Amino acid sequence: MSTTYLAHNQVQLALHQLQDGSGRPLLLLHGLGEASPTTVPDWIDWPGPVHALDFTGHGASTVPVGGGYSAEIILADADVALAHLGECTVVGRGFGAYIALMLAGARAAQVRGAVLCDGPGLWGGPSGPTSADFVVLAPSDGSAPDPYALHELSKDLRPADYAALFVRLAMEHSGLDEPLAVAGVVRPPWLEAVVREVGVVECSREDALARFAAL
Amino acid sequence: MTFPGAEAPARQHELDVDGVIIAVHEWGDEAADPLFLVHGGSDFGRTYDEFAPRLAAAGWRVITWDQRGHGDSGRAALYGWDADIRDAIGVMTHFTHRPAPVVGHSKGGALMIQLADAQPFRFSHLVNLDGLPSKRPMSDVSEHERGRMVASDLAGWLDHRRSTATATRKPGSLDELAARRARSNPRLAMDWLRYLVTVGAFESEDGWRWKLDPSMRFGGFGPWRPEWTAYRMPGLGMPFLGVIGTEQEPMGWGTVPDQIRPLIPVGGRLEVLEGVGHFVHIEQPAVVAGMVIDFLGGGR
Repeated sequence: MSTTYLAHNQVQLALHQLQDGSGRPLLLLHGLGEASPTTVPDWIDWPGPVHALDFTGHGASTVPVGGGYSAEIILADADVALAHLGECTVVGRGFGAYIALMLAGARAAQVRGAVLCDGPGLWGGPSGPTSADFVVLAPSDGSAPDPYALHELSKDLRPADYAALFVRLAMEHSGLDEPLAVAGVVRPPWLEAVVREVGVVECSREDALARFAAL
Repeated sequence: MTFPGAEAPARQHELDVDGVIIAVHEWGDEAADPLFLVHGGSDFGRTYDEFAPRLAAAGWRVITWDQRGHGDSGRAALYGWDADIRDAIGVMTHFTHRPAPVVGHSKGGALMIQLADAQPFRFSHLVNLDGLPSKRPMSDVSEHERGRMVASDLAGWLDHRRSTATATRKPGSLDELAARRARSNPRLAMDWLRYLVTVGAFESEDGWRWKLDPSMRFGGFGPWRPEWTAYRMPGLGMPFLGVIGTEQEPMGWGTVPDQIRPLIPVGGRLEVLEGVGHFVHIEQPAVVAGMVIDFLGGGR
Protein backbone atom coordinates (compact mmCIF):
# COMPACT_ATOMS: atom_id res chain seq x y z
CA MET A 1 0.00 0.00 0.00
CA SER A 2 1.27 3.47 -0.84
CA THR A 3 -0.18 6.72 0.40
CA THR A 4 -0.47 10.12 -1.24
CA TYR A 5 -1.51 13.20 0.70
CA LEU A 6 -3.87 15.66 -0.97
CA ALA A 7 -4.57 19.15 0.40
CA HIS A 8 -8.13 20.26 1.09
CA ASN A 9 -8.03 23.63 2.82
CA GLN A 10 -5.96 23.00 5.97
CA VAL A 11 -6.51 19.26 5.86
CA GLN A 12 -4.09 16.71 4.41
CA LEU A 13 -6.19 13.87 3.04
CA ALA A 14 -4.63 10.41 2.93
CA LEU A 15 -5.34 8.62 -0.33
CA HIS A 16 -4.10 5.05 -0.23
CA GLN A 17 -3.38 2.92 -3.27
CA LEU A 18 -4.31 -0.67 -2.48
CA GLN A 19 -3.85 -2.18 -5.92
CA ASP A 20 -1.81 -1.18 -8.96
CA GLY A 21 -3.08 -1.44 -12.47
CA SER A 22 -4.14 0.51 -15.48
CA GLY A 23 -7.54 1.68 -16.54
CA ARG A 24 -10.28 3.35 -14.59
CA PRO A 25 -9.56 3.51 -10.84
CA LEU A 26 -11.90 2.27 -8.16
CA LEU A 27 -12.24 4.63 -5.19
CA LEU A 28 -13.29 3.21 -1.82
CA LEU A 29 -15.01 5.47 0.73
CA HIS A 30 -15.13 4.19 4.29
CA GLY A 31 -17.92 4.34 6.85
CA LEU A 32 -18.26 6.78 9.73
CA GLY A 33 -15.59 6.18 12.35
CA GLU A 34 -13.72 3.77 10.10
CA ALA A 35 -10.53 4.18 8.12
CA SER A 36 -9.53 2.88 4.73
CA PRO A 37 -8.68 -0.83 4.53
CA THR A 38 -5.00 -1.63 4.12
CA THR A 39 -5.65 -4.28 1.50
CA VAL A 40 -8.29 -4.71 -1.18
CA PRO A 41 -11.35 -6.30 0.44
CA ASP A 42 -11.87 -9.93 -0.58
CA TRP A 43 -15.15 -9.31 -2.34
CA ILE A 44 -13.70 -6.71 -4.71
CA ASP A 45 -12.62 -7.95 -8.13
CA TRP A 46 -11.54 -4.87 -10.04
CA PRO A 47 -9.35 -4.88 -13.16
CA GLY A 48 -7.72 -1.49 -12.56
CA PRO A 49 -6.09 0.37 -9.70
CA VAL A 50 -7.87 0.51 -6.36
CA HIS A 51 -7.59 3.53 -4.08
CA ALA A 52 -9.14 4.32 -0.70
CA LEU A 53 -9.62 7.75 0.88
CA ASP A 54 -9.49 8.61 4.56
CA PHE A 55 -12.01 11.37 5.18
CA THR A 56 -11.11 14.45 7.24
CA GLY A 57 -10.74 13.44 10.88
CA HIS A 58 -10.34 9.76 9.98
CA GLY A 59 -7.49 7.32 9.41
CA ALA A 60 -4.26 9.02 8.40
CA SER A 61 -5.91 12.29 7.37
CA THR A 62 -5.66 15.44 9.46
CA VAL A 63 -7.75 15.61 12.62
CA PRO A 64 -8.74 19.29 12.86
CA VAL A 65 -9.69 21.11 16.05
CA GLY A 66 -13.12 22.50 16.85
CA GLY A 67 -15.29 20.39 14.56
CA GLY A 68 -17.49 21.90 11.87
CA TYR A 69 -18.18 18.76 9.86
CA SER A 70 -20.92 18.37 7.28
CA ALA A 71 -21.58 15.76 4.66
CA GLU A 72 -21.03 18.46 2.05
CA ILE A 73 -17.50 19.16 3.32
CA ILE A 74 -16.73 15.43 3.22
CA LEU A 75 -18.13 15.38 -0.30
CA ALA A 76 -15.51 18.00 -1.10
CA ASP A 77 -12.88 15.62 0.39
CA ALA A 78 -14.01 12.94 -2.04
CA ASP A 79 -14.00 15.49 -4.86
CA VAL A 80 -10.38 16.38 -4.13
CA ALA A 81 -9.55 12.68 -4.52
CA LEU A 82 -11.56 12.58 -7.74
CA ALA A 83 -9.59 15.53 -9.08
CA HIS A 84 -6.39 13.59 -8.41
CA LEU A 85 -7.56 10.27 -9.85
CA GLY A 86 -9.69 11.41 -12.75
CA GLU A 87 -12.71 9.46 -13.91
CA CYS A 88 -13.40 6.58 -11.54
CA THR A 89 -15.96 4.20 -10.08
CA VAL A 90 -16.83 4.66 -6.43
CA VAL A 91 -17.76 2.23 -3.66
CA GLY A 92 -19.05 3.65 -0.39
CA ARG A 93 -19.77 2.00 2.95
CA GLY A 94 -22.35 3.49 5.31
CA PHE A 95 -21.66 7.21 5.57
CA GLY A 96 -19.30 6.73 2.62
CA ALA A 97 -22.27 5.41 0.63
CA TYR A 98 -24.07 8.72 1.20
CA ILE A 99 -20.94 10.55 0.05
CA ALA A 100 -20.67 8.27 -2.98
CA LEU A 101 -24.24 9.16 -3.90
CA MET A 102 -23.51 12.87 -3.60
CA LEU A 103 -20.30 12.58 -5.61
CA ALA A 104 -22.09 10.63 -8.34
CA GLY A 105 -24.59 13.49 -8.66
CA ALA A 106 -22.20 16.38 -8.19
CA ARG A 107 -19.51 15.12 -10.57
CA ALA A 108 -21.69 12.95 -12.76
CA ALA A 109 -19.41 13.10 -15.78
CA GLN A 110 -16.42 11.80 -13.80
CA VAL A 111 -18.10 9.09 -11.74
CA ARG A 112 -18.68 5.94 -13.75
CA GLY A 113 -20.98 4.23 -11.34
CA ALA A 114 -21.33 4.33 -7.56
CA VAL A 115 -22.00 1.32 -5.34
CA LEU A 116 -23.80 2.05 -2.06
CA CYS A 117 -23.14 -0.55 0.63
CA ASP A 118 -24.19 -1.04 4.25
CA GLY A 119 -21.83 0.28 6.89
CA PRO A 120 -21.40 2.64 9.84
CA GLY A 121 -23.11 5.99 9.48
CA LEU A 122 -25.59 4.81 6.86
CA TRP A 123 -28.61 6.22 8.66
CA GLY A 124 -27.32 9.70 9.36
CA GLY A 125 -29.42 12.20 11.26
CA PRO A 126 -32.97 13.45 10.94
CA SER A 127 -34.69 14.56 7.77
CA GLY A 128 -35.81 17.91 9.19
CA PRO A 129 -35.32 20.35 12.06
CA THR A 130 -35.03 18.95 15.55
CA SER A 131 -34.61 20.19 19.10
CA ALA A 132 -31.05 18.90 19.17
CA ASP A 133 -28.71 20.69 21.55
CA PHE A 134 -25.19 21.87 20.84
CA VAL A 135 -22.67 19.72 22.60
CA VAL A 136 -19.15 20.91 23.30
CA LEU A 137 -16.99 17.82 23.45
CA ALA A 138 -14.13 17.31 25.84
CA PRO A 139 -10.70 17.99 24.34
CA SER A 140 -9.37 14.95 22.52
CA ASP A 141 -5.79 13.76 22.10
CA GLY A 142 -5.98 14.50 18.38
CA SER A 143 -6.13 10.89 17.33
CA ALA A 144 -8.49 9.61 14.66
CA PRO A 145 -11.37 9.32 14.41
CA ASP A 146 -12.21 12.82 15.53
CA PRO A 147 -15.03 12.75 18.12
CA TYR A 148 -16.56 15.78 16.42
CA ALA A 149 -16.70 13.85 13.14
CA LEU A 150 -18.57 11.05 14.86
CA HIS A 151 -20.91 13.50 16.58
CA GLU A 152 -21.66 15.88 13.74
CA LEU A 153 -21.77 13.42 10.87
CA SER A 154 -24.10 11.09 12.74
CA LYS A 155 -26.73 13.85 13.00
CA ASP A 156 -26.30 15.25 9.52
CA LEU A 157 -29.63 16.21 7.97
CA ARG A 158 -30.64 13.87 5.17
CA PRO A 159 -34.05 14.79 3.73
CA ALA A 160 -35.26 12.20 1.26
CA ASP A 161 -35.84 14.72 -1.51
CA TYR A 162 -32.30 16.05 -1.07
CA ALA A 163 -30.84 12.57 -1.52
CA ALA A 164 -33.06 11.95 -4.52
CA LEU A 165 -31.81 15.15 -6.12
CA PHE A 166 -28.33 13.64 -6.46
CA VAL A 167 -29.77 10.63 -8.28
CA ARG A 168 -31.46 12.96 -10.74
CA LEU A 169 -28.25 14.91 -11.26
CA ALA A 170 -26.40 11.64 -11.91
CA MET A 171 -29.08 10.55 -14.35
CA GLU A 172 -29.06 13.86 -16.15
CA HIS A 173 -25.32 14.35 -16.47
CA SER A 174 -23.58 10.94 -16.34
CA GLY A 175 -24.84 9.56 -19.63
CA LEU A 176 -25.39 6.22 -17.87
CA ASP A 177 -28.74 4.46 -17.77
CA GLU A 178 -28.12 3.22 -14.24
CA PRO A 179 -25.36 5.26 -12.58
CA LEU A 180 -26.11 4.03 -9.05
CA ALA A 181 -26.28 0.59 -7.47
CA VAL A 182 -27.65 0.00 -4.00
CA ALA A 183 -26.06 -3.15 -2.68
CA GLY A 184 -26.91 -2.94 0.99
CA VAL A 185 -29.76 -4.47 2.95
CA VAL A 186 -30.64 -1.53 5.18
CA ARG A 187 -32.89 1.23 3.84
CA PRO A 188 -32.95 4.42 5.89
CA PRO A 189 -35.49 6.95 4.56
CA TRP A 190 -32.97 8.76 2.36
CA LEU A 191 -31.93 5.49 0.75
CA GLU A 192 -35.54 4.40 0.34
CA ALA A 193 -36.00 7.58 -1.66
CA VAL A 194 -32.89 6.83 -3.70
CA VAL A 195 -34.00 3.35 -4.72
CA ARG A 196 -37.36 4.73 -5.83
CA GLU A 197 -35.64 6.90 -8.43
CA VAL A 198 -35.11 5.93 -12.03
CA GLY A 199 -31.51 4.96 -12.68
CA VAL A 200 -30.87 3.06 -9.46
CA VAL A 201 -30.36 -0.68 -9.55
CA GLU A 202 -30.59 -2.95 -6.51
CA CYS A 203 -28.15 -5.85 -6.72
CA SER A 204 -25.26 -7.48 -4.91
CA ARG A 205 -22.09 -5.45 -4.53
CA GLU A 206 -20.21 -7.97 -6.67
CA ASP A 207 -22.75 -7.66 -9.48
CA ALA A 208 -22.65 -3.89 -9.17
CA LEU A 209 -18.88 -3.80 -9.54
CA ALA A 210 -19.00 -6.14 -12.54
CA ARG A 211 -21.63 -3.91 -14.12
CA PHE A 212 -19.55 -0.77 -13.69
CA ALA A 213 -16.25 -2.44 -14.62
CA ALA A 214 -17.78 -3.25 -17.99
CA LEU A 215 -18.61 0.39 -18.78
CA MET B 1 -8.57 56.34 10.06
CA THR B 2 -11.62 57.47 11.98
CA PHE B 3 -15.33 57.56 11.26
CA PRO B 4 -17.72 59.89 13.07
CA GLY B 5 -19.25 58.03 16.01
CA ALA B 6 -17.09 54.95 15.60
CA GLU B 7 -14.98 53.90 18.57
CA ALA B 8 -12.37 51.20 18.77
CA PRO B 9 -13.15 48.61 21.44
CA ALA B 10 -12.04 49.46 24.95
CA ARG B 11 -10.64 45.97 25.40
CA GLN B 12 -9.62 43.25 22.96
CA HIS B 13 -8.46 39.76 23.78
CA GLU B 14 -8.34 36.24 22.47
CA LEU B 15 -10.07 33.15 23.78
CA ASP B 16 -9.16 29.56 23.00
CA VAL B 17 -12.55 28.05 22.27
CA ASP B 18 -12.33 24.35 21.62
CA GLY B 19 -8.91 24.81 20.04
CA VAL B 20 -9.96 27.72 17.81
CA ILE B 21 -8.70 31.22 18.64
CA ILE B 22 -11.63 33.61 18.93
CA ALA B 23 -10.98 37.37 18.98
CA VAL B 24 -13.20 39.23 21.44
CA HIS B 25 -13.95 42.97 21.44
CA GLU B 26 -15.53 44.89 24.30
CA TRP B 27 -16.93 48.36 24.92
CA GLY B 28 -18.17 49.82 28.20
CA ASP B 29 -17.56 49.30 31.89
CA GLU B 30 -15.96 45.94 32.61
CA ALA B 31 -18.04 45.64 35.77
CA ALA B 32 -21.36 46.29 34.01
CA ASP B 33 -23.85 43.60 32.98
CA PRO B 34 -22.83 41.87 29.74
CA LEU B 35 -24.68 42.28 26.47
CA PHE B 36 -23.62 40.20 23.48
CA LEU B 37 -23.54 41.28 19.84
CA VAL B 38 -23.27 38.63 17.12
CA HIS B 39 -22.18 39.62 13.60
CA GLY B 40 -23.41 38.33 10.26
CA GLY B 41 -21.74 36.24 7.60
CA SER B 42 -18.57 37.70 6.04
CA ASP B 43 -18.66 40.48 8.64
CA PHE B 44 -16.62 40.77 11.83
CA GLY B 45 -17.07 42.10 15.33
CA ARG B 46 -15.81 45.57 14.58
CA THR B 47 -18.62 46.22 12.14
CA TYR B 48 -20.27 47.17 15.46
CA ASP B 49 -17.77 49.99 16.06
CA GLU B 50 -20.48 52.63 15.73
CA PHE B 51 -23.42 50.71 17.18
CA ALA B 52 -21.77 49.10 20.21
CA PRO B 53 -20.56 52.33 21.89
CA ARG B 54 -24.16 53.58 21.98
CA LEU B 55 -25.20 50.53 24.01
CA ALA B 56 -22.11 50.84 26.19
CA ALA B 57 -23.03 54.47 26.87
CA ALA B 58 -26.36 53.20 28.19
CA GLY B 59 -24.49 51.21 30.81
CA TRP B 60 -23.84 47.80 29.27
CA ARG B 61 -20.61 45.84 28.98
CA VAL B 62 -20.93 45.19 25.26
CA ILE B 63 -19.13 42.07 24.06
CA THR B 64 -18.75 40.81 20.52
CA TRP B 65 -16.43 38.38 18.83
CA ASP B 66 -15.17 37.49 15.39
CA GLN B 67 -16.62 34.17 14.32
CA ARG B 68 -14.05 31.55 13.33
CA GLY B 69 -12.36 32.50 10.06
CA HIS B 70 -13.60 36.08 10.33
CA GLY B 71 -11.79 39.21 11.43
CA ASP B 72 -8.99 38.56 13.91
CA SER B 73 -10.13 35.06 14.88
CA GLY B 74 -8.19 32.03 13.80
CA ARG B 75 -8.81 30.25 10.57
CA ALA B 76 -10.23 26.78 11.01
CA ALA B 77 -10.04 23.67 8.90
CA LEU B 78 -13.81 23.38 9.04
CA TYR B 79 -16.69 25.84 9.23
CA GLY B 80 -20.26 25.10 10.06
CA TRP B 81 -23.43 26.37 11.64
CA ASP B 82 -23.19 24.14 14.71
CA ALA B 83 -19.50 25.02 15.13
CA ASP B 84 -20.37 28.73 15.07
CA ILE B 85 -22.99 28.12 17.75
CA ARG B 86 -20.57 26.11 19.89
CA ASP B 87 -18.05 28.93 19.56
CA ALA B 88 -20.74 31.38 20.70
CA ILE B 89 -21.45 29.20 23.73
CA GLY B 90 -17.74 29.20 24.51
CA VAL B 91 -17.53 32.99 24.44
CA MET B 92 -20.76 33.57 26.34
CA THR B 93 -19.84 31.06 29.01
CA HIS B 94 -16.48 32.78 29.49
CA PHE B 95 -18.24 35.98 30.55
CA THR B 96 -21.35 34.84 32.36
CA HIS B 97 -23.48 31.89 33.35
CA ARG B 98 -26.50 34.11 33.84
CA PRO B 99 -29.08 35.10 31.23
CA ALA B 100 -27.94 38.10 29.20
CA PRO B 101 -29.30 40.20 26.34
CA VAL B 102 -28.16 39.04 22.92
CA VAL B 103 -28.35 41.05 19.70
CA GLY B 104 -27.65 39.27 16.43
CA HIS B 105 -27.49 40.68 12.94
CA SER B 106 -28.28 38.68 9.80
CA LYS B 107 -26.66 35.23 10.07
CA GLY B 108 -25.76 36.11 13.67
CA GLY B 109 -29.45 36.66 14.34
CA ALA B 110 -30.40 33.33 12.85
CA LEU B 111 -27.67 31.56 14.82
CA MET B 112 -29.02 33.07 18.01
CA ILE B 113 -32.60 32.03 17.25
CA GLN B 114 -31.35 28.47 17.08
CA LEU B 115 -29.30 28.80 20.27
CA ALA B 116 -32.19 30.51 22.07
CA ASP B 117 -34.39 27.55 21.17
CA ALA B 118 -31.79 25.01 22.31
CA GLN B 119 -30.43 26.86 25.37
CA PRO B 120 -32.99 29.50 26.43
CA PHE B 121 -31.35 29.88 29.84
CA ARG B 122 -28.59 31.94 28.26
CA PHE B 123 -30.94 34.70 27.08
CA SER B 124 -32.62 37.43 29.07
CA HIS B 125 -33.68 39.17 25.83
CA LEU B 126 -33.19 38.38 22.16
CA VAL B 127 -32.88 41.05 19.48
CA ASN B 128 -32.74 40.07 15.84
CA LEU B 129 -31.51 42.68 13.33
CA ASP B 130 -32.67 41.68 9.84
CA GLY B 131 -31.79 38.05 10.42
CA LEU B 132 -35.34 36.76 10.44
CA PRO B 133 -35.81 33.76 8.21
CA SER B 134 -37.59 33.87 4.91
CA LYS B 135 -38.00 31.39 2.13
CA ARG B 136 -35.39 33.19 0.10
CA PRO B 137 -32.01 31.42 0.36
CA MET B 138 -29.75 33.12 2.84
CA SER B 139 -27.17 35.01 0.84
CA ASP B 140 -24.61 36.05 3.42
CA VAL B 141 -23.50 32.75 4.84
CA SER B 142 -20.94 30.23 3.73
CA GLU B 143 -21.07 26.54 3.23
CA HIS B 144 -23.12 25.68 6.33
CA GLU B 145 -26.28 27.46 4.97
CA ARG B 146 -27.76 25.03 2.58
CA GLY B 147 -30.23 25.85 -0.07
CA ARG B 148 -31.37 23.93 -3.02
CA MET B 149 -28.78 23.95 -5.70
CA VAL B 150 -28.41 23.40 -9.36
CA ALA B 151 -25.62 21.38 -10.91
CA SER B 152 -23.57 24.41 -11.87
CA ASP B 153 -23.74 25.83 -8.33
CA LEU B 154 -22.64 22.50 -6.95
CA ALA B 155 -19.75 22.15 -9.39
CA GLY B 156 -18.74 25.76 -8.75
CA TRP B 157 -18.67 25.19 -5.01
CA LEU B 158 -16.63 22.02 -5.37
CA ASP B 159 -14.22 23.78 -7.76
CA HIS B 160 -13.77 26.42 -5.07
CA ARG B 161 -13.11 23.77 -2.42
CA ARG B 162 -10.41 22.24 -4.64
CA SER B 163 -8.63 25.60 -4.59
CA THR B 164 -8.87 26.31 -0.88
CA ALA B 165 -5.47 24.89 0.07
CA THR B 166 -3.70 27.64 -1.84
CA ALA B 167 -6.34 30.37 -1.99
CA THR B 168 -5.47 33.91 -0.96
CA ARG B 169 -7.54 37.05 -0.95
CA LYS B 170 -7.01 39.48 -3.76
CA PRO B 171 -4.94 42.47 -2.69
CA GLY B 172 -5.89 46.04 -3.46
CA SER B 173 -5.67 49.58 -2.29
CA LEU B 174 -7.78 50.69 0.61
CA ASP B 175 -10.20 52.34 -1.81
CA GLU B 176 -10.36 49.22 -3.98
CA LEU B 177 -11.30 47.02 -1.04
CA ALA B 178 -13.93 49.52 0.03
CA ALA B 179 -15.31 49.58 -3.51
CA ARG B 180 -15.43 45.77 -3.59
CA ARG B 181 -17.34 45.70 -0.35
CA ALA B 182 -19.73 48.31 -1.70
CA ARG B 183 -20.95 45.73 -4.19
CA SER B 184 -22.45 43.70 -1.35
CA ASN B 185 -23.07 46.72 0.90
CA PRO B 186 -24.36 49.23 -1.69
CA ARG B 187 -26.30 51.33 0.80
CA LEU B 188 -23.40 52.00 3.17
CA ALA B 189 -21.30 55.17 2.94
CA MET B 190 -17.92 54.86 1.28
CA ASP B 191 -16.28 56.55 4.24
CA TRP B 192 -17.69 53.81 6.48
CA LEU B 193 -16.50 51.09 4.10
CA ARG B 194 -13.01 52.64 4.02
CA TYR B 195 -13.05 52.65 7.81
CA LEU B 196 -14.02 48.96 7.79
CA VAL B 197 -11.01 48.20 5.60
CA THR B 198 -8.73 49.61 8.27
CA VAL B 199 -10.19 47.32 10.95
CA GLY B 200 -11.24 44.29 8.88
CA ALA B 201 -8.31 43.99 6.48
CA PHE B 202 -4.56 43.86 6.82
CA GLU B 203 -1.90 45.61 4.78
CA SER B 204 1.11 43.93 3.23
CA GLU B 205 3.65 45.05 0.66
CA ASP B 206 1.30 44.41 -2.25
CA GLY B 207 -1.77 46.02 -0.69
CA TRP B 208 -4.71 45.39 1.61
CA ARG B 209 -6.53 42.07 1.97
CA TRP B 210 -9.69 41.27 3.93
CA LYS B 211 -8.90 39.06 6.93
CA LEU B 212 -11.79 36.72 6.11
CA ASP B 213 -10.52 33.20 5.43
CA PRO B 214 -10.35 32.83 1.63
CA SER B 215 -11.72 29.31 1.95
CA MET B 216 -15.08 30.88 2.85
CA ARG B 217 -17.36 32.22 0.17
CA PHE B 218 -20.97 32.98 -0.54
CA GLY B 219 -23.24 30.23 -1.68
CA GLY B 220 -22.83 26.62 -0.80
CA PHE B 221 -25.56 24.09 -0.77
CA GLY B 222 -27.16 21.44 1.34
CA PRO B 223 -30.42 20.16 2.76
CA TRP B 224 -31.10 22.99 5.22
CA ARG B 225 -34.13 25.16 4.43
CA PRO B 226 -34.13 28.69 5.79
CA GLU B 227 -37.73 28.46 6.89
CA TRP B 228 -36.72 25.77 9.37
CA THR B 229 -35.26 28.52 11.51
CA ALA B 230 -38.71 30.07 11.50
CA TYR B 231 -40.16 27.02 13.19
CA ARG B 232 -38.03 27.82 16.24
CA MET B 233 -39.30 31.36 16.66
CA PRO B 234 -42.92 31.22 17.86
CA GLY B 235 -42.04 29.20 20.95
CA LEU B 236 -39.23 31.42 22.22
CA GLY B 237 -39.99 32.46 25.76
CA MET B 238 -37.64 35.38 26.33
CA PRO B 239 -38.60 38.96 25.37
CA PHE B 240 -38.07 39.26 21.63
CA LEU B 241 -37.46 42.24 19.35
CA GLY B 242 -37.06 41.91 15.60
CA VAL B 243 -35.95 44.82 13.43
CA ILE B 244 -36.10 44.62 9.65
CA GLY B 245 -35.62 47.13 6.85
CA THR B 246 -37.85 47.36 3.81
CA GLU B 247 -35.14 48.00 1.23
CA GLN B 248 -33.90 44.81 -0.42
CA GLU B 249 -30.21 44.50 -1.20
CA PRO B 250 -27.65 41.78 -2.00
CA MET B 251 -26.90 40.69 1.55
CA GLY B 252 -30.51 40.83 2.71
CA TRP B 253 -32.80 37.89 3.07
CA GLY B 254 -35.94 39.28 1.50
CA THR B 255 -37.92 38.97 4.70
CA VAL B 256 -41.42 40.36 4.25
CA PRO B 257 -43.15 41.80 7.34
CA ASP B 258 -46.50 40.15 6.68
CA GLN B 259 -44.81 36.75 6.31
CA ILE B 260 -42.76 37.02 9.46
CA ARG B 261 -45.31 38.64 11.81
CA PRO B 262 -47.22 35.41 12.52
CA LEU B 263 -43.95 33.82 13.63
CA ILE B 264 -42.96 36.50 16.15
CA PRO B 265 -43.08 34.98 19.66
CA VAL B 266 -46.06 35.88 21.80
CA GLY B 267 -45.44 39.28 23.34
CA GLY B 268 -42.59 39.97 20.95
CA ARG B 269 -42.19 43.07 18.81
CA LEU B 270 -41.38 43.55 15.15
CA GLU B 271 -40.11 46.95 14.07
CA VAL B 272 -40.11 47.68 10.36
CA LEU B 273 -37.80 50.49 9.24
CA GLU B 274 -39.03 52.05 6.02
CA GLY B 275 -36.36 53.01 3.53
CA VAL B 276 -33.63 51.14 5.40
CA GLY B 277 -31.64 48.18 4.08
CA HIS B 278 -30.17 45.02 5.56
CA PHE B 279 -27.63 46.72 7.84
CA VAL B 280 -30.23 48.46 9.98
CA HIS B 281 -27.79 49.15 12.82
CA ILE B 282 -25.23 50.73 10.50
CA GLU B 283 -27.65 52.80 8.45
CA GLN B 284 -29.61 53.96 11.50
CA PRO B 285 -27.37 53.38 14.54
CA ALA B 286 -29.07 55.92 16.77
CA VAL B 287 -32.59 54.73 15.97
CA VAL B 288 -31.79 51.05 16.34
CA ALA B 289 -29.68 51.50 19.47
CA GLY B 290 -32.56 53.52 20.92
CA MET B 291 -34.98 50.69 20.14
CA VAL B 292 -32.71 48.15 21.78
CA ILE B 293 -32.15 50.25 24.89
CA ASP B 294 -35.87 50.91 25.19
CA PHE B 295 -36.58 47.20 24.71
CA LEU B 296 -34.12 46.37 27.49
CA GLY B 297 -35.93 48.73 29.81
CA GLY B 298 -33.72 51.78 29.41
CA GLY B 299 -30.16 52.43 30.51
CA ARG B 300 -28.52 50.52 33.34
